[in-house]
Amino acid sequence: MDILQLIVSGLANGCVYGLIALGFVLIYKATEAVNFAQGDFMMLGAFITLGFTNTDYIGLPFWISVILAIGLMGILGYLLDLVVLRRMFGQSQVAMVILTIALGFVIRFIAGAIWGHEPQALESPIAGVDVRFGGLVLGMDEVVIIVVTVILTILLYLFFIRTKLGVAMQAASQNQLAAYYMGIPVKRIHSLIWALAGIVAAIAGILFASKGTIDPTAGLLGIKAFAAAVIGGFGSLPGALLGGLVVGLIEPFAARYLPAGYSQIAPYLLLVVMLIVRPHGILSQIQTKKV
Amino acid sequence: MNLLELRNVTLRFGGLVAVNDVSFSVEEGEVFALVGPNGAGKSTIFNMISRFYTPAQGDIHFKGQSILDHQAHDIPRLGIARTFQNIELFEQASVLQNLLVGRHTHSRTNFLSEALFLPSVREQERRHREAVEQVIDFLDLQAYRDKMIGGLPYGVRKVVEMGRALAIQPNLLLLDEPASGLSVEETQDVAFWIEDIKRVMGITVLMVEHDMHLVSSVSDRVMALADGRMLSIGTPQEVQNDPAVIEAYIGSSDSPEDGEAA
Repeated sequence: MDILQLIVSGLANGCVYGLIALGFVLIYKATEAVNFAQGDFMMLGAFITLGFTNTDYIGLPFWISVILAIGLMGILGYLLDLVVLRRMFGQSQVAMVILTIALGFVIRFIAGAIWGHEPQALESPIAGVDVRFGGLVLGMDEVVIIVVTVILTILLYLFFIRTKLGVAMQAASQNQLAAYYMGIPVKRIHSLIWALAGIVAAIAGILFASKGTIDPTAGLLGIKAFAAAVIGGFGSLPGALLGGLVVGLIEPFAARYLPAGYSQIAPYLLLVVMLIVRPHGILSQIQTKKV
Repeated sequence: MNLLELRNVTLRFGGLVAVNDVSFSVEEGEVFALVGPNGAGKSTIFNMISRFYTPAQGDIHFKGQSILDHQAHDIPRLGIARTFQNIELFEQASVLQNLLVGRHTHSRTNFLSEALFLPSVREQERRHREAVEQVIDFLDLQAYRDKMIGGLPYGVRKVVEMGRALAIQPNLLLLDEPASGLSVEETQDVAFWIEDIKRVMGITVLMVEHDMHLVSSVSDRVMALADGRMLSIGTPQEVQNDPAVIEAYIGSSDSPEDGEAA
């Protein structure tokens, strides 16, 4: 029983890491840029929901706030690409990295200015409710996180496989030049990818805030999610989720069975081991170059 | 009728004049080849037609309308498809998937109907698949249909790229060095296909090619360029015998050394 509970709470954490990692990989695959503000996107999505729904602020119904936050984060992602990042088109990756790190600082500062720096709890209907399966007591929040992540994964899978837009996104990520001459508006596709990353981040943020408190530095979780994306195989969408789950699972077990303090560094130790043993990650998409 | 017309097109890269006041037109139904030494401006002309570059002066007309207001991703919708000198395929996709992406501009479904996978979507998928299978039959790609591009030999990739351009069902096909890197037999296949693309499919072809044997066997007309300027235009025979062309290729007859050094 003990182990099962560790697994469930690890999976729930892992789902949040996985969703943030998914945002990293989405943007990386399509635009070859790494968005180091992805964790801060998640934090902002959580705060926007909190701002709409908490009685201290606007006090809208929870589900309406969720829809508004997801929509707003999508629009924000789209506009960020359109107004800021598109000007960097063709610049070096380093420039993009520095820009997105700066963007993370800006988002953290803005969130602090609006909602304060103290940890706050999202008034969510799934927080603090227990569900019982036989003798097993699970948090409703953890169950919902896992279920929502599974549904979102299936929807994204169908989107990329079945829809014209999803296929166009895949094409643009594999070969921009060829995509142009197949009639795919690559720049607009990039903006839509950023919108999608914003939407996924908002969902991750709402899930994250449902199982604890949130403050403007919560976005630093993005670093752990980045490690998860690398472990899973940077550039692979299923790999990102898998990496998230691995990191999520390793934490509670390290906390339970290893000396105090090791659980914090366990994901990074795993990252170092992975980079030595299998540098392309678990589900690597990098093929050996033919000579 | 003129399908494509370039009027006094000039393009500079900084101080270098890559294409200098070039005019020519491609008639519907012909195979037109651009030849010339490296750096003559052939690929630059291709890149202007496919709207990768914008000419500094002059205009490019396709089906009687200027295409300079259009962006690169509009070009296939207008009816122009192209291949690249250094093959640009979707490496992590199969041959079939690459060809299906060529159908992108013909897809008329929207997000909602796709989400519900309505009969209209299924019907369209069937038609795209049919169009692509015809191209596969035409180019003898059956054996490679479900193979990943990443694992295919160079010669096959070259054919797949041509197939993907044909899947667009264009009016004008731009082939950028279709025979470069191919064996003698593969080059012969390319010659047959270009003939059939013109005769059977009724597609006009504009190509850049160094293999003069291929050029003279399939082209109706040839234009020779050097240093961004037009040297000669006419039938392959006329162009090959033009003194200006011979000079550009092997230097002037009285002092070949100078020509090489310049």
